[in-house]
Amino acid sequence: MLSPQQIKEIRNDFPILKTKIYGKPFVYLDNAATTQKPKCVIDEVSNFYANYNSNIHRGVHFLSQRATAKYEEARGIVQKFINAKSFEEVIFTRGATESINLIAATFGDMRVKEGDEVLISHLEHHANIVPWQILCSRKKAKLVVVPIDNNGDVKLEELVKLISDRTKIVSITHISNSLGTINPIKQIIDIVHKHNIPIIIDAAQSVQHLKIDVQELDCDFLVASGHKLYAPTGIGFMYAKKSLLDSMPPYQTGGDMILSVAFTKTIFNDLPYKFEAGTPDIAGAIGIGKAINYIQDIGLDEIYEYEKHLLEYATESLKKIKQLKIVGTAKEKASVISFILNSIHPHDIGTMLDMEGVAVRTGHHCSEPIMRRFSIDATTRASFAFYNTEEEIDVLNKALYKVLKLFA
Amino acid sequence: MLDTSEIKELYQEVILDHNRNPRNFGEIENYTHHARGHNPLCGDQLDLFLIIENDVIQEVKFKGSGCAISKASASIMTTILKGKTANEAKKIFDEFHKIITVNSDNSNENINIGKLAVFAGVREFPARVKCASLAWHTLLNALENSSNNVTTE
Repeated sequence: MLSPQQIKEIRNDFPILKTKIYGKPFVYLDNAATTQKPKCVIDEVSNFYANYNSNIHRGVHFLSQRATAKYEEARGIVQKFINAKSFEEVIFTRGATESINLIAATFGDMRVKEGDEVLISHLEHHANIVPWQILCSRKKAKLVVVPIDNNGDVKLEELVKLISDRTKIVSITHISNSLGTINPIKQIIDIVHKHNIPIIIDAAQSVQHLKIDVQELDCDFLVASGHKLYAPTGIGFMYAKKSLLDSMPPYQTGGDMILSVAFTKTIFNDLPYKFEAGTPDIAGAIGIGKAINYIQDIGLDEIYEYEKHLLEYATESLKKIKQLKIVGTAKEKASVISFILNSIHPHDIGTMLDMEGVAVRTGHHCSEPIMRRFSIDATTRASFAFYNTEEEIDVLNKALYKVLKLFA
Repeated sequence: MLDTSEIKELYQEVILDHNRNPRNFGEIENYTHHARGHNPLCGDQLDLFLIIENDVIQEVKFKGSGCAISKASASIMTTILKGKTANEAKKIFDEFHKIITVNSDNSNENINIGKLAVFAGVREFPARVKCASLAWHTLLNALENSSNNVTTE
């Protein structure tokens, strides 16, 4: 496991961790919302703008070719990171949300007809609910939701029951952003594939914690956001099997996604460019490439092991507070803890923790259906990354006692 | 740390007290005006019931769930509305809104905002302004007798 000395060195890679909040050390426990950026990523983005900013895929000049090479190199890094078969299967998008919207608007539009069903789980983020809801209402199809149990685990036996001839698409999260549940995704993919139904994996909360191998998983689509992966905001990616991408119409149209345009007819570009209309976030893509290199240097297995340790340490620490109840106790969890504290509203907890320098997320975490499932309005959520420490969890613990004292 | 001065400023004892024991909490059966307020960001929700006769607020009650700031704001609001006309209530809200958003004290001396001054600390916490103003936005909606839900998002 990563040693305290190694963590200390890692923390030095993140300039923001030296920030003081109200004069107190910054304890950043909102990593499921977005992760901080290591200096090497910030430098890489800045280097692009300072030294070779140019548009890609069209210029014959020197810097345009360099920018193109770096952009495509980043695609290659993503491809290897998720073990996609070919670079053509990696599409840069603005993030997981745009990726799901892309799939719903193109693949979903082709595949879902009146009376059909799209299957999601009760754990989904709004980004994996609303695009399907809109598609279903447009097509007079039905959105079907697989229930979860009281621990926050998806009921697999219900999934099996709910799949039918009408099911045309299954879209499910790998890890729940609000409860931390790690879904048995391989098992789910196998169940869904037995019925020859394509499946989309929302990996926004998982690529930063677990090794992903899309060929081994055999998922049809997988989406993720760069900013949760130590990369800049505004960049993410969609993986899809080449045969599916070939069958899909483009999402947005314009420059870069065409081979030739005449006023009577346009010929679309080859993959992956067919799905990348307009000038993309070049700096962001280069940034995501660097961020992946950075975490791979630390090692995803090392990261997983250390974050698991942090989760266990934090769970034990919070369980000592008898007025605190953890929401989400799935068998397998990522380093995310949602909790409620007496009847104190999470926003009051969040404001008080903030005054202690501790940043957490409060509210419904863009997954209101889960909150309703547990009959609560909101939770406080602490989520950990590999740069967090046991000492920071101790700060959280102490701060929560202060909250209890004020609201006693 | 309970003596962190800003926190003390935000969570004044009066606010904590109204949070613990909200006044005028409940429903009115024969209300003349009603509105529901919702703050989607936090999930705060409140229902406001009023009896207005001859343009004067005779009775007001609220129910719902929310953070300490939104609950205390609703509670204190109900304690100062009785006997006020709709117009007077709107003027109080204008003053209150200044207090929680602008760095100035009760600028209009003709309007006595009384207990509402305890919310001055809110302006240091922009994310919490919506919590403090939810009850008031709901009130404005109720006065207009609009049946729409009001949101502070």
